[in-house]
Parts: sequence; C-alpha cells; structure tokens
Amino acid sequence: MSLPAPALEIHGLSKAFDRPVVDNLELTVRAGEFYALLGPNGAGKTTILRMVAGLTPPDGGSISICGIDTARDPVAAKRIVAWVSDEPMVYDRLTPLEYLEFVAGLWQIEAGEAERRAHELIGWLGLAPHANERCGGFSKGMLQKVALAGALVHEPQLIILDEPLTGLDAGSARQVKDVLKQKVASGVTVIMTTHILEVAERMAERIGVLARGRLIAEGTLAELRTRIGRETTLEEIFLDLVAEGTDAQSAAA
Amino acid sequence: MRTPGSLTWFAGHEFRLAWRDWFAMVTAGRRTRGIVIALFLVVLAGAFHLMASVFIAPWAAKGIVADKSTLVLITGGGFLFWTVMLSQALESVTRAYYARSDLDLILSSPASARRLFAVRTGATGILTLLLSLLIASPLVNVLVVYDGPHWLAAYGVLAALSALSTALAVLITLGLFATLGPRRTRLVAQVVAAIVGAGFVIGIQAAAIFAYGNMSRFEILQSDAFVDTMPDLSSPLWLPARAAMGDLTSLIVVAVVGFGAFAAIVALASVSFGRFAIAAGAVSRTHVHQSRPVTFRPATQKQTLRRKEWKLLARDPWLLSQTLMQILYLVPPALLLWVNFGSEVGVFIVVVPVLVMASGQLAGGLAWLAISGEDAHDLVVTAPLPPRLVLEAKIEAVLGTLAVILLPIIVLIAFNSLAMAAITAACAALSAGSATAIQLWFRTPMRRSMFRRRQVASRMATISEAFVSIMWAGVAALLAGGGWIALMALLPALIAIGILFAAWLLSPKGKAV
Repeated sequence: MSLPAPALEIHGLSKAFDRPVVDNLELTVRAGEFYALLGPNGAGKTTILRMVAGLTPPDGGSISICGIDTARDPVAAKRIVAWVSDEPMVYDRLTPLEYLEFVAGLWQIEAGEAERRAHELIGWLGLAPHANERCGGFSKGMLQKVALAGALVHEPQLIILDEPLTGLDAGSARQVKDVLKQKVASGVTVIMTTHILEVAERMAERIGVLARGRLIAEGTLAELRTRIGRETTLEEIFLDLVAEGTDAQSAAA
Repeated sequence: MRTPGSLTWFAGHEFRLAWRDWFAMVTAGRRTRGIVIALFLVVLAGAFHLMASVFIAPWAAKGIVADKSTLVLITGGGFLFWTVMLSQALESVTRAYYARSDLDLILSSPASARRLFAVRTGATGILTLLLSLLIASPLVNVLVVYDGPHWLAAYGVLAALSALSTALAVLITLGLFATLGPRRTRLVAQVVAAIVGAGFVIGIQAAAIFAYGNMSRFEILQSDAFVDTMPDLSSPLWLPARAAMGDLTSLIVVAVVGFGAFAAIVALASVSFGRFAIAAGAVSRTHVHQSRPVTFRPATQKQTLRRKEWKLLARDPWLLSQTLMQILYLVPPALLLWVNFGSEVGVFIVVVPVLVMASGQLAGGLAWLAISGEDAHDLVVTAPLPPRLVLEAKIEAVLGTLAVILLPIIVLIAFNSLAMAAITAACAALSAGSATAIQLWFRTPMRRSMFRRRQVASRMATISEAFVSIMWAGVAALLAGGGWIALMALLPALIAIGILFAAWLLSPKGKAV
C-alpha cells in the first residue's frame, strides 16, 4: 500500500524582495499533521505561507499540495487549501452568513450543503447570536472567527494560518484552538505560524524553526529538546536555536 | 521653540504632515517627476491665462464699469463659484470629524481638542482658498493686466469667501450632527455637498433651458429680463462684486463678514468637536442587523462575485453617493432633451457628449470600487478560480450597473432618433470600457473606504481616465453633428486610442492582463 502524498512539499523555494527573504527552503508536512512554523520577526514565515497560498509568486523552487504542483495547476491546489491571515479580511457590509455564502459560491459548494456547514461552523465558533449582523461592527476576535469559518466552510485538506490568535481574547482563542484540534483529528493538515510559543508547544505535532529564510531546526518538541541537550521549555529551545542558527548563517556569509 | 499643544504647535504639526503628503503625492519619491509636474503646472497655468485672456480682453476693451449688468454678471458668476467652494469646504469639514488617522491619539491625549479643531478648520479654509485660486487666479491676473491693479482686491474677496464657506460648512455639519446624529451625518453632508456644488449650476442651466433653450449659465445672467428683476445698485447684494472691483469700503465689509463668521463659528463649534468626533468614530462599531434571513442560493463563481459587488455597493450609501453623484450632471441634458423633444438635431450635440463623459467618469469610479477596492483581497485570490474570471465578473458588475443607469436616457433618445441613440450607446460604451480598462491596468488592492485616495493613488490613471472620457465625448459630439463634421470624429477617436495605448504602456499591470 502506498503512503498518501504529503500535505505540503516544498523544494528549493526562494523569494527575495530588496534582500533574500526565503532562501532555498526544503520543507515537508505530512497529511493530517499539526505543524507550527516559528521564527523571529522577518524570518520569512509569512512570505512562505503566502507563496503556498498562491498570494505571492516564488522566485524559484516548487510547491506541491497533496501531490498537486501549485505552478502547474493552481486552481486545483487552491480548491483544497484555506488561508487565514492575522488581519481578518471580511466585508464590513456582509453578515457572517452572507460571507460564508459568498465563500461557498467561490469554492462551488452545493448551496444546501454549504448552508448546513455554515450554520454548524457559526454555532461552533460562538457566532450564532451575530449571524445576521453585518461584520462592520464586530471586534477583531469576532472578525477572525468569521474568517476562520470562511476557511473551513469548503472543508479544505490543508489549512494555513498566519498568526491566527493575534488579538483574540482567551475565550475566542480557546474556541479557535478547539476547532483546529477537531479538524486535525478528522485528518485535515494545519500549518500555523505563531509567536505564542505555548500554543505551538501544546498543539503542534512537529515544529519548524526559521531564521533568515532558512529552516534551521525541525522536529517534535522532544526531538528539539534532544538537539539542544536540555529538558526545557519551547521558549528556551526557540531562543537557543535562533541564536545558534543566526550565528551559523553569519559565519557562513 | 513652540510650546507643545499650543495653537502654533498644532499648526506646525498639521502643516508638516500636509506638506509631506503633498510632496510624496507629487514626486512619488522621484525628484525628476516633481520637476516634470512643476513644468506641466507652469504650462497649464499659461494655458489657463491664455484662455482667460480670450474671454476678458474683448470685455476689458469695451471698458468695465460698475453698472448693474456688470455687477449681476460678476455676482452671478461669483455665486456659482462660491457654491463650489462651499461644497469643497463641506467635504473637508466632514473629513475632519470622520477621518480617524491620528484623531484618536490626540483626543486621548491631554492636548486641547479645541485648538486642534481651530487648526483643522483653518486648514479647511486655506485648502478651499487654494483650490479656488487655481481656477480664479488666471481670470483675476488677466483683469489686473487689462483693466488695472484694483482687481487685486479680488484675492481679498476670495479669502473672505473661503472663510465664509468654511464657517457655513461647519455650521451645516453641526446642524446635521444635532438633528440626524453621527451615523447619517457623513452621508447627508456628502449629498448636501454634491447638491450645493452642482445644484445651483444645474438650476440655472434648467432655467436657461426653459427660458432660452440652451445650456449656457451666463446667457441668463446677461439677459435684460433677468438684470431688470435684480435689486438696484445700492443693494448690499453687490458688495462682494464691488469689493472684487477694488472698492475698499466694500472689501472691508466683505472681509469682516467672512473672517468674523469664521472666528465665531470656530469659537462656537470647537466646544463640541471632541464629543462629535468621538461619536463619529463609534459609528463603525454600531451593529446593523439584516432583517432578511439568508438562504444560500446556487450560483456560478461569476454570479457569486457579481452579486457580492452589487450587494456591497447597495449597502454602502456613502460610497454610492460618492460615485453616483455624477448622475446629477445628467439632469440638465435630460431636461434639455425633454424640452426639445422631437425638435432639431442640434440639441443632441449638447446632450450626447455629456452622457458619454458621465459614463466614463461613473464607470471609472465603479471600476475602482470593484477591482481595486476589494476588502477581502486574499480570499478572492486564494479562491479556486482563474484570476481572469474574477476580473471578468467584476467588470460585468460595473458595466451592468452603468447600463441600468444609462438605459432609460438612451431609450428616451431612441424615441427621438435611433441614430443618436446608437451613437450615444456606442460612445458611452467606449468611454466606460476605456475607463474600466484604465482602472484594471492600474489596479492596486485597497480597502473600499480608501475610495477618496483613488485619485491620488495613481495620477496617471486619473488623468488618462479623464482625458479619454473627454475624447470619446468629443467623438460623440462630432458624430451627433452629422454631415462632414462627423468625419472629424476620427481625430478625437485616434487621440483616445493613443491615450489608452500610452496608459497601457505606462501601467504596472497593463501588460499582465
């Protein structure tokens, strides 16, 4: 029996703006995995995820989602991917339900099925009392939940989240984390960047650490601990790895 | 050194921001571009002075005396001009209350909100004056050259009228806040500004159409019948005109009224500024409930995108008013068409180009909203559909809206002349299509609320959009003229195509579409 294709396979990915931001990146995320991508500010996390989501064209390299080459068949790749950024982009003048109807229309989900899923997601995320209110008056946390519902309504196989918990209160963050856990339990792959290391520590099966556009360490929390030779928190591991990686890159340069 | 929080400190802060904003807008970070634009402005100023000479020289040659007919002409023309100043001031004052930017920071600081208001209202007055100088200074300068330096007093009148229009704009905004509340004030102020700016012009055109059968504003002001109905020479109505002509006493009265009203209104309104600005800031946080329950309907991807565009447009009355206010200018030609129903072709030479011009401008605004003003840009880009399909759907939404607006007028023309209806429809489609294409080539994702910034986001797009609409309007006018004149339509058509080609070459996205 053959193994399923990895949810995400990146080879030699590069991107430069005024300086190299992503440098010959190699990354593989297994199907059904919760993967946390960590790195200091400017390490290239968002650029990598935007390239995977099809929002930024890479300068070089290849990206494959569930076996689909994003350069060859971008539409097929987009059909199974959902993107949630730290800045929720929803329409002020639409209600959450209307927003989900719009997303379902773009992903061509059958109307009846989309409506059922939309109500289910709105219930899960605690948005039911606001389902028919326009998003213009919502708080950042509520907007983020609407954006997340939009990402989930078309049942993607790969969910990419860039700092999804920024600005959320404890209750909202908990709801979002619970929904993501349920999705991973049902076989969906989640890739998330976060600066809240405690979240990565508790939720991620594997963690990748980036510095200056390169993956400097990767593995489970136990593997990362073994690598630095100390039984300590992810925060300590992260700071050690980033310092080590930055020194090594500076020396190589 | 200025004391932080003082009036002069706030003024310095505002001036620095405005200067940097303007400089960045003009140069776009390139020094050579600034020089080119400065040269262009010099040439433009020269052209305006030349045009002003053509009008003023024959009048000055006959000798300009302060008789009733001259005072009526200057007062009438000046009043038309002042309504535009008032409209501009109303827009700026509304912005002072609603634009957030650094307002939250300043209002939450111990600095005086009253001083900030005084400075921002003063800035509105200066901006209004600068804009009026752009248009009026060539006329004044030419009058100074041909008729004498006493016309320099007109600059004093312009300054006083700017102050008066700013004071009135603040008064109207305060009245709206008090009666309608912060939620509706911005929209209503916008509508009032458009009606004030266009209403008097349209009204006088309507009167001219009914009385004389043409669209000239000045024809009616110069008619004996109209002049006879006006008050005699001793009336205070003529004070601004007399002041502009150099009468010192009149100038002092006009200045006292204008600047006095400004000072009084600043003192009165600054007390409530902080309160109203905070209330305006809270508007976006109010909850709006949709009464109609949502039932998911089957739709193709393009239908989904079109429906979304129409829904968003219909639900944003402020944006809608910004865009559709141009329809107001369609009222006089429609009226002219109505009055002259079944008569000669000549009327179409006036009506058809106005419609074509309006279609281009309207399509440009709507196209910006649909193509660049995408609030969920990431969502649409990551959706599983080719980018071309997204653009097609958005263009269809724009042109569909435009068709609904123009169709009734084209049908009205068709009852009169099928050929004219065909010319109007074809040229309006070309004008709208060109404006939409330019918006497509120069698209830059922005929040829809940044609609006002669209004109400064790309000056090349704005200028080419305006010129291409004018050229297609020229084509329409010449075709409507018929006979050998129609052949001349080839010239503006070729210029329009040339402008479109140049815009395509210069645009960042043109070659990518």
